[in-house]
Amino acid sequence: MAQPPATQDRVNDFVIKLANVNGTGSASANTMLMKSIFRMGVPVMGKNYFPSNIQGLPTWYEIRVTKDAYVARSGRIDLMVAMNAETYQKDVREVSPGGFLIYDSTWPRAAVLVRDDITILGAPLARLCNENFVGVRNRILMKNVVYLGLLAALLEIDVEVIRQLLNESFAKKPALVEANMKAVQLGHDYARQHLPCPLPLRIQRMDKTRGHVMIDGNTAAGLGAVYAGATVGPWYPITPSTSLMDAFKSFCSKLRVDPETGAGRYAVIQAEDELAAIGMVLGANWNGARAFTATSGPGISLMSEFIGLAYYAEIPAVIVDVQRVGPSTGMPTRTQQCDILMCAYASHGDTKHVLLFPSNPEECFYMMVQAFDLAERLQTPVFLMSDLDIGMNDWMCPELKWDDAYRPDRGKVLTREEIEALPRFHRYLDKDDDGIPARTLPGVSPKGAYFTRGSGHNQYGGYTEDSAEYQVVMERLLRKFRQAKTLVPAPVIEATGTSDIGLVAIGSSRGAVNEARDILARRGIPIDYMRIKAFPFTKDVEAFMASHDKIFVVEQNRDAQLKSLLTLETDVPKSKLHSILHYSGLPMTSKEIVEAVLAELGDARRAQVAAAT
Amino acid sequence: MSFINKPKVRHPDLPQNELGLTRRDYEGAMSTLCAGCGHDSVTSSITQAIWELSLRPEQLVKLSGIGCSSKTTAYFASGAHGFNGVHGRMPSIAAGANAANRNLYYIGVSGDGDSLSIGFGQFAHAIRRNVNMLYICENNGVYGLTKGQFSASADIGTRSKKGEENRQAPVDPCLAALSLGGSFIARSFSGDREQLVPLIKAGLMHRGFAMIDVISPCVTFNDHVGSTKSYEFTREHYHEAVHTDYIPSRTEITASYGAGEVVPVQLHDGSQLRLRKLDRDYDPNHRGKAFEYLRTKLRQGEHVTGLIFLAPGHDPDMHEMLRTTDVPLNQVPYEQLHPGAAGLASLLKRYA
Repeated sequence: MAQPPATQDRVNDFVIKLANVNGTGSASANTMLMKSIFRMGVPVMGKNYFPSNIQGLPTWYEIRVTKDAYVARSGRIDLMVAMNAETYQKDVREVSPGGFLIYDSTWPRAAVLVRDDITILGAPLARLCNENFVGVRNRILMKNVVYLGLLAALLEIDVEVIRQLLNESFAKKPALVEANMKAVQLGHDYARQHLPCPLPLRIQRMDKTRGHVMIDGNTAAGLGAVYAGATVGPWYPITPSTSLMDAFKSFCSKLRVDPETGAGRYAVIQAEDELAAIGMVLGANWNGARAFTATSGPGISLMSEFIGLAYYAEIPAVIVDVQRVGPSTGMPTRTQQCDILMCAYASHGDTKHVLLFPSNPEECFYMMVQAFDLAERLQTPVFLMSDLDIGMNDWMCPELKWDDAYRPDRGKVLTREEIEALPRFHRYLDKDDDGIPARTLPGVSPKGAYFTRGSGHNQYGGYTEDSAEYQVVMERLLRKFRQAKTLVPAPVIEATGTSDIGLVAIGSSRGAVNEARDILARRGIPIDYMRIKAFPFTKDVEAFMASHDKIFVVEQNRDAQLKSLLTLETDVPKSKLHSILHYSGLPMTSKEIVEAVLAELGDARRAQVAAAT
Repeated sequence: MSFINKPKVRHPDLPQNELGLTRRDYEGAMSTLCAGCGHDSVTSSITQAIWELSLRPEQLVKLSGIGCSSKTTAYFASGAHGFNGVHGRMPSIAAGANAANRNLYYIGVSGDGDSLSIGFGQFAHAIRRNVNMLYICENNGVYGLTKGQFSASADIGTRSKKGEENRQAPVDPCLAALSLGGSFIARSFSGDREQLVPLIKAGLMHRGFAMIDVISPCVTFNDHVGSTKSYEFTREHYHEAVHTDYIPSRTEITASYGAGEVVPVQLHDGSQLRLRKLDRDYDPNHRGKAFEYLRTKLRQGEHVTGLIFLAPGHDPDMHEMLRTTDVPLNQVPYEQLHPGAAGLASLLKRYA
């Protein structure tokens, strides 16, 4: 057995990147690798970088083993599992100095795999599969499982944990468990005999994942919709939102179907396009069901006309925007926060909408429920601004909890008795002076009937082209939006009480920001942090910005959309705000935030020195 | 166009339906359409039909898009909720509303611009989805509110008011509906209330998507010589292939017709349709033959009217295809929609 290289030990703190070809079954092996580390009690982060393609293009999976439970990319690659010859050159370059690269040595690639500051390890994976498995497809699939076994030996992952995971995955197909275990063992044995096991990068059992789950945001949001009591889910397939409605449908099929009749208490309707999807959402909400749709940027573009109708006619709607890289078709399988402004003001005319910014799958679950309550309370569209990173990657989150005392807030919906006790029902009259009128549902009472329209209407619900009558309603809608500020979730503020430097971020930037703050604090630069959870901005948002002299706004788009929204909708002077922008399409790293902050503060310090001399 | 409110006075001897309501109880706001507009006649037929059916006004849901025709949902059944949506997208609102509550009656009123141009996709997919609703297309071949442009139903050779000739092939909503699998496809004329009222009743009681294309002339922009959708042209080229009588379930069926001429059709609520064939060669239960017949007559410049096609047997509607519960989804108790805290813990096991 070969000796391990003399590199510094990095137990439970390193990054593995697996380079694969899509459509070869690598995703399930990679997920299993991550899950087995998680099951050993060690926190992990997983990111899948996949192409907009079904088979044959490069795909990567990044696993960060992180004893400190950081949830962002660090920017390093310590171990590259290079399974795609086409991307060898790029993959070799990416490995951090002192790192390792594993490749399939069935076909030696001496010319490509040259770097003297990393350790290159070969294993004849294809040959092992060809010798031990029958059938082309099977051999391709099993190659992934063989490298899983190889890594188990190199990283000291407990093979019994892998066996348990296989048992769970193939509970109904025990033969597959055996075949997969054979592949695991092949890799494991090969590594033990020919490779320097264990590597200085390795896993040691911890107890830091108890009470946690590994779940993706789309699944969590789909589950949130179940618990919110949503019954109608019209949608049109679009990456990266598709798995959200799939999850909702799958949960409903298990939880809401009468075993005797087969009848379901839900309707998931695949629409002909996003226009129809949002039209159905409005029709169903207008008629008293909780309905939502899931889409991505291009879908929001198409839905915009209807979103304006919902705003003006005051119809509740929940829209999940799992953001992807734009503009236009953009890069459908890459992540960004690029729809902030579009969603805040979607549709022609004066419109503004409520946005919620979940930062991980856990918040997708809770905010989905909150979104329905806000939509019905405010009778307006509410956007859940997720993104591909949150939606499609498995995140380690505290186990989701449910309060059985929860009851949906259906807002001001008049009962038959309430309607009939009124002298007359007027749909848009602000009787409670909170900007929110009462509504009625079809089928309840003829006295509650009214005509819903996107054309000019007065506060009684009648058609109007009268300027004053039109303005009364528009002014009241503005009051309603101000009312929303008191209902949406407040920001999370982490302040030292002494720093005059602030940092503002939303959504999936959270992990990178948290780690960057730790790194900066260690370097003597404490920074206060405000994570905004909703638009319209609450008074706490104003207060945070008023109390800091320099504010970094971290966001994942080119045009500083969050910064624009802050300058438009708060009193903060633009000169206070400094953008840190990341829009590569890959999830943000803590490193780039640290570097940007240091660069800016460095300049500022130089300027101070220059001014003083 | 009028601006006055309708007087509330009613004659004490007005006839009442089974609910004790008079026809006036099913009326709506005063129409603001042009005097003589075909759409107002359609409104009147709708009012008559729902009064005769003795539907409680709040059991009805009225939906429309944008255009002259879409305004008309305000002009009947003021005791029913109405939804005037966006241009061409009424079918999706109807589908969503119906998904939420399957126990109401849905009537959509659209036009040829709303249904056959901007909304052609939604029209087609509502048929495929077989949304349980009555869909009336008030078809006048022209855009009225924007002053006289051709619509997609304008026939080749028809002339606009300005004298321009249409050269594009028309979209015929009945042919389209036939090819898309529509289960109830009818055509009528705004000026023929005797034909239209029973068709509306039958369409409302039909389970699934019922489409009635109603030729409804535009007196302002398309009623001149050279137009194929004028009152005069329609009256001259009007060909009723099948006459439909609607017989409510509570009526004893006494009328008799000569064998072979009448096709009785039972509706799911117990009422009956009697299709009286006026053209011996016609078979309203045969999709292929109906298509061929319609096309031949169209080529001859004839407007075939009546219940052109009624699917034999029963085609599953949207809810049946989705297998949704009989309880309207907007009325399922919240407790039946989620498994609570205990259920969540067990659901999460596979993610641990």
